[in-house]
Amino acid sequence: MSALLEVTSISVSFDGFKAINNLSFEIGGQELRAIIGPNGAGKTTFMDIVTGKTRPDEGRVRFGEPQLDLLRLSESQIARAGVGRKFQRPTVFEAQSVRDNLTMALSNDRLPFAVLRYKPSKEDDGRVSALAEEIGLSGELDRTAGELSHGQKQWLEIGILLAQEPKLLLVDEPAAGMTLGEREHTTDLLRRAAETRAVVVVEHDMEFVRRLDCKVTVLHEGSVLAEGTLDHVTANSDVIDVYLGR
Amino acid sequence: MERSLFARQPSVLVFIGLLALFTIVITILSEGFGLGIVSTSFIKILGKTLCLCLIAIAMDLVWGYCGILSLGHFAFFGLGGYMIGMWLMYERTKDIVIASLSGGELPATPEEITEAIGTQIFGVVGGAEIPVVWYFADSLFAQLLLVVLVPGLLALVFGWLAFRSRVTGVYLSILTQAMTLALSLYLFQNDSGLRGNNGLSGLQNIPGLTEVSQSVVSAWFFLASALALGLGYLVAAWVVSGKFGNVIRAIRDDEARIRFMGYPVEAYKLVVFTLTAVIAAIAGALYYPQAGIINPAEIAPIASIYLAVWVAIGGRGRLYGAVIGAATVSLLSSWFTGGQAPSIPLGFYTIDWVDWWQVLLGLGFVLVTLFAPKGIGGLFDRLVRKDAAS
Ligand SMILES: Nc1ncnc2c1ncn2[C@@H]1O[C@H](COP(=O)(O)OP(=O)(O)OP(=O)(O)O)[C@@H](O)[C@H]1O
Ligand SMILES: [Mg+2]
Repeated sequence: MSALLEVTSISVSFDGFKAINNLSFEIGGQELRAIIGPNGAGKTTFMDIVTGKTRPDEGRVRFGEPQLDLLRLSESQIARAGVGRKFQRPTVFEAQSVRDNLTMALSNDRLPFAVLRYKPSKEDDGRVSALAEEIGLSGELDRTAGELSHGQKQWLEIGILLAQEPKLLLVDEPAAGMTLGEREHTTDLLRRAAETRAVVVVEHDMEFVRRLDCKVTVLHEGSVLAEGTLDHVTANSDVIDVYLGR
Repeated sequence: MERSLFARQPSVLVFIGLLALFTIVITILSEGFGLGIVSTSFIKILGKTLCLCLIAIAMDLVWGYCGILSLGHFAFFGLGGYMIGMWLMYERTKDIVIASLSGGELPATPEEITEAIGTQIFGVVGGAEIPVVWYFADSLFAQLLLVVLVPGLLALVFGWLAFRSRVTGVYLSILTQAMTLALSLYLFQNDSGLRGNNGLSGLQNIPGLTEVSQSVVSAWFFLASALALGLGYLVAAWVVSGKFGNVIRAIRDDEARIRFMGYPVEAYKLVVFTLTAVIAAIAGALYYPQAGIINPAEIAPIASIYLAVWVAIGGRGRLYGAVIGAATVSLLSSWFTGGQAPSIPLGFYTIDWVDWWQVLLGLGFVLVTLFAPKGIGGLFDRLVRKDAAS
């Protein structure tokens, strides 16, 4: 079985500074993976490359079956091909209701004239309700997203991602600024999501990663330093030096 | 749960109702059809104001909802005016020429007629040939089509180039100003084929309707403008009320985010830019027959900037705000600059409103920006909400 996402030897530098250095990475179709690494390790830049925001100087990014060359696609095409992304800073459309946020994200036709004629169907309403249930925002559907708490916004963003029904979910620091209870809910959400798709989670918080209970990739200075279970990588002396030892 | 446009946006019904009431009352009071209380010249001012309200709606759609601060929509407005103006001027000149040639021994040949029309229209710019851009000027249907096609295509090509290169924000505004300036400078040239700085004139005279008095013609144009504004408002309200409206608001608020949700942002911008250019062009095609004359100065870059000011004063992103802004500012402007506002003698200096109106407008803009950032429409919303709460 080939991997869902195959990143091969990518490098990118910003003004001579190598943010990603000959990085290779693979993830299978139904896998949960955590990426950890110190600040500036290149975790966000890695996601930028996969989602088309940043073009690498060299390397290959292949996705899906049949394989697509993501480097030839635009951001919106990559998203439609099945890559969903949650940003480090929660970004939901604050001026719009929770319902509208989710409805926009549903995996329907996204071209302007189709959207112009769009009429919400029973089925879509059902999906929105189910999603709201899943992310714990059933009671907030008609509230403006801007009024939600920080944690709720993070969930709404995860809901937006799930609504897109992506094959691969990239999640950048989902637990930042969350209370303990909120973190637990978030872990559950991500683990459930990974039952039917690939999920990559970038996170600093070790407890959070432990609860995810999945394979861990450690990034450092733009390349993979170690890979394996959390216990395995935390026992690695290189990892201890650059990350845990501080 | 499907709900009708009016249920989702009750303000649409209110707006259409008020517009219909206003139109009926003015028509009854007009010289053309009614009691003659409202003068023909004032009917023309009102009719033109309705056209300006229509282009303001276009501006609100593109800027207030989609976040594209276009400072070039008056170029489309002017082009619409030019396209209809060509037919009006050509046909009327043709009628005059035929009438004056009919006194001769032999009936005039088509060549003679064409030549005489050419001399009549293009004599002022030292030409006699009818330029190729006037090829369709003999056909009302063709020129009406061009009202939509020429500005629509210009917007499509310009937008495609600009959006594809991801030009946004202030750079895009500057680019639209450059387009407007280039068009206006081009039209100023005598060999542009559109009579240079003379522009097109006599547009208030409708060919074939020379017997009909201006009071009646102006009343019809007033009605047509009201209808166009009503329809334009409905189209705009429909566009912004559903999911499409949510997507363009999302583009305005966070373009990158909605792109990562899989929406082709550039295609949306192009649709909105072109649609609003066409609305602006239709507004222009109704405006200039009421103004009677169009010349390249109308397309000056500053006009498009004023348009943004109207919408900002009226309040962005609420459609009726744009109408309030455009109507208030343009009516005040014609009052102040039309010589009706009494000058204020201060002894050492006389405040002459023709000059000082601009200052007043500038101050008004600053005050609104500082104290009512959501514009007059925003104040309005607050009142309505207070009512609903009490
Ligand atoms: N567009 C850019 N231009 C210049 N430098 C950049 C750019 N994007 C990222 N960098 C640099 O690349 C390096 C990697 O950044 P990145 O954001 O990927 O780190 P990270 O692992 O996500 O860190 P954090 O844990 O702080 O989020 C940093 O040193 C950053 O300053
Ligand atoms: Mg980061």
